[in-house]
Amino acid sequence: MKLTLWTYEGPPHIGAMRVASAMKDVHLVLHAPQGDTYADLLFTMIERNDHRPPVTYTTFGARDLGKDTAALFQDAIREAVEVHQPKALMVAASCTAELIQDDPAGLSSALNLPIRVIPLELPAYQRKENWGASETFYQMVRHCLIGIDPQAKRTDQSGPTCNILGFMGLGFRHRDDLKAIEELIRAIGIGINVVAPWQAGPDDLQRLPLADFNIMLNPELSESTALYLKRQCGQPFTQSIPIGEQATDAFVREVALLAGLDPDQAVLRARQAQPCRAAWYAASVDATYLTGKRVFIFGDASHAVAAARVATQEMGFDVVGLGTYSREQAKLVREMAAELHLEPLITDDYLEVERAIAATSPELVLGTQMERHIAKRMGIACAVISAPVHVQDFPARYAPHMGYEGANQLFDAWVAPLMMGLEEHLLKMFKEDFEFHPQAVASHLGVQPVAPEVGQMAGGSSSSASDGELEAALAWSPEAQKELGRIPFFVRSKAKRNTERYAQAHGVSMIQRDTLYEAKAFYAQHR
Amino acid sequence: MPNRVLDQETHRAGGAVVPPVGLGPTVVRERGQHEVFCGLTSIVWLHRKMQDAFFLVVGSRTCAHLVQSAAGVMIFAEPRFGTAILDDRDLAGLADAHDELDRVVDELLSRRPDIRVLFLVGSCPSEVIKLDLGRAAERLSSRHGPDQRVVHFSGSGIETTFTQGEDACLAAMVSQQVDRLSKADPQPGQGVQPAELVLVGSLADVVEDQFRLMLTDLGLTRIRCLPGRRGAERLVVNEQTRFVCMAPYLAETAQRLESLGCRRIPARFPFGLQGTTDWFLAVGQAFGYASDRVLHVIKPAQRRAQLALTAMRPMLEGKRVFFFPDSQLEIPLARFLAEEMGMKVVEVGVPYLHQAMMAEELKPLSADWRVVEGQHLEQQLARCRAARPDLVVCGLGLANPLEAEGMSTKWSIELVFTPIQGFDQAGDLAELFTRGFARKARLARRIPIRVAA
Repeated sequence: MKLTLWTYEGPPHIGAMRVASAMKDVHLVLHAPQGDTYADLLFTMIERNDHRPPVTYTTFGARDLGKDTAALFQDAIREAVEVHQPKALMVAASCTAELIQDDPAGLSSALNLPIRVIPLELPAYQRKENWGASETFYQMVRHCLIGIDPQAKRTDQSGPTCNILGFMGLGFRHRDDLKAIEELIRAIGIGINVVAPWQAGPDDLQRLPLADFNIMLNPELSESTALYLKRQCGQPFTQSIPIGEQATDAFVREVALLAGLDPDQAVLRARQAQPCRAAWYAASVDATYLTGKRVFIFGDASHAVAAARVATQEMGFDVVGLGTYSREQAKLVREMAAELHLEPLITDDYLEVERAIAATSPELVLGTQMERHIAKRMGIACAVISAPVHVQDFPARYAPHMGYEGANQLFDAWVAPLMMGLEEHLLKMFKEDFEFHPQAVASHLGVQPVAPEVGQMAGGSSSSASDGELEAALAWSPEAQKELGRIPFFVRSKAKRNTERYAQAHGVSMIQRDTLYEAKAFYAQHR
Repeated sequence: MPNRVLDQETHRAGGAVVPPVGLGPTVVRERGQHEVFCGLTSIVWLHRKMQDAFFLVVGSRTCAHLVQSAAGVMIFAEPRFGTAILDDRDLAGLADAHDELDRVVDELLSRRPDIRVLFLVGSCPSEVIKLDLGRAAERLSSRHGPDQRVVHFSGSGIETTFTQGEDACLAAMVSQQVDRLSKADPQPGQGVQPAELVLVGSLADVVEDQFRLMLTDLGLTRIRCLPGRRGAERLVVNEQTRFVCMAPYLAETAQRLESLGCRRIPARFPFGLQGTTDWFLAVGQAFGYASDRVLHVIKPAQRRAQLALTAMRPMLEGKRVFFFPDSQLEIPLARFLAEEMGMKVVEVGVPYLHQAMMAEELKPLSADWRVVEGQHLEQQLARCRAARPDLVVCGLGLANPLEAEGMSTKWSIELVFTPIQGFDQAGDLAELFTRGFARKARLARRIPIRVAA
């Protein structure tokens, strides 16, 4: 038993959902209790999808436990197939269903469905989300290749082709990373055979063996599939992760070599297609002040390692801490930490991460949604480099982190939270000046006194000085002030303004508790 | 009850509605996939109300992930909820699990000495493996008491739906935090007076105070709330104590209070001008106040509610609304929208319908209302698509997909988090339903863009 206040990863069935939601013509039936449908909203709200994830839940309740949950599971499968007409069906148990020991594989095969059924084993009490995603992707590919000649090659000779593996639902920047990588691959002159699981159907998976090699872009999610395809179809796969300029160069070379093309030519063409400005920006004198900035890095293994390389070699930062929550890929982080003479932090406990950040006192934190909040609390600049992320990191704009365009975006994203060099210089030089003390607001906005908290104002005092002409006439009764203090802070000032405007218009000199609500009703009517 | 219930559980499908006879709406029961939250979600608002309480879920990583997803950004303030995640070792032998739980609770309480009440919250996994959290709570209470009490309730999906988690929590509090004084008992110590009226159900502080003030104006002085702002606070009741439920999902709590001799005041729920008026009249009547006197006290607030609602009504009047099941608030809210805002109700889905708790709400409803208890998601979605209502009230898992299909939605979880009870919130309540329309109207507005000829 482990006390957990926040988790970096969900349970493994969320990983299965991520694969299902990425694919076409696939449906997942989850044997799960009522309530587990909460996971749908990760896809509809955080990823902002305009459709429900292709998942049916049995949603059993206590009264079903005394009866036949196995029959319930079979009914759900039958209905899902009838309603959604998928070409392949995945079946799995969530953590509670794992305990009641209905067998998804046996129960689904007993139904003799006319479509491919892929049973998933997701050990919910040992494994987590990324493992679940990786396993689901692997099982999906393995099952779809049954009956397919793994050595089958294309008959046309139009040039080398590859598969792109590992982009899926709820992935950090997956949508745009895929676009950036596709652009590079095409620029080099390589064809793309299948992208999977993103937007792939079971039929597409059957065409996987036709490619010459595979591009594996996130070992957490797709290494097991890449290894399987190497064994089964003899396809080599790329190992470098194209995050940052140098890593993208290395990636383009690796891809070119696998395709039998000239690596130098490939880099030239790729850079032409996707111009890289990050290196010049980092070299320009404006960036000099970035030298030796202390940075703490935490995230999934591949993003953390890539960020460490970019931070040291391309930004000139000092990496003072490096860690990951991905135990499965911790080796990558250990190796990089050794290069940087650091003790790697391998943990899924955010309190440990918080302690490590406090101990290293960095000037910039690169991490997940959680590190964003830790950094905010500590007043440290922060940029997000890895899942888990919140809704703002599924942006509307094109925002890849991979490829040369990704390198450009990383430069902007990491420098933006830091103070501009000149600004920092001025603040140090003039830090004793009244305009530059730490609490001062930006001077071009004009001097504005910090508004006192309403709840702390003395009883019966007049309203704050910034309201000018209202000041003399209006007073708040202690009850009214107390009531105002209860109004959520983000609408409080509006409520205060409206109430005073109302009081003035209606000749009320002492604002009472009721005045507040009279004004609210008044403005509700006259909005 | 006059309401007819069609139990269609045997053939899972919803399907035909028998033509209504008698009073009140026909209720159809449905089984199938339920797209609802489990009771653990109620921790998200309960922990804001009881500021000396910590909610420790004993469950799986799924439970932790759920609470974290539902709590959104709130998790990052010093959180007062967490999960003891079961692992393989706990599943192997139960004796071990109790030792493990003790260790986790020790760790937690030593880190948070400010916690006065620790709620051990049962989940699906803990219930399926039959981990006896009731016994654990007793054991831990004697170990950490009297300053830190440990109380157990279940928020599992197999037992509870969304707001029922609050019911389970409050029911557990009645068992452990409420003292009953009977006439036979010796004179209680000073300051320990039994409550005259208990407002049952977690309310926003601002709402709680409004109700208190108006009830005080009426002449009621000994008013207490369950839950209070401090979870460790003890509530004293006797046979004279009356209680009133502020929401329909509190059946278990009500039953436990009744077993202590308190009597429930049957009332409509205080949503909108009419609902709140009826609520005050019912409470006033229970304490022997003439309705004239009650109406005099509430008159200014009524007038304000009237003003706000009159402004909102044109945006909703005549529009057709469809409720998916979520919180059990669906019936009183649909009643408010129909009665006060002139909306037409297509279907009201409720996760659970407690006939006794809902009696005052159901009585005046028209017989042609379609009320569906439980859910068969795909069939309900098919009915919704066929009906093309003007507004769909549903959960976050359905809202965006339905918007993408061209429907207007109001996501229902906001109705639980927002203060909506009472006169001065009536306008806010209506506004929650008009906001989507107002937004659509704004986004549809086109200012011509001048282009060079």
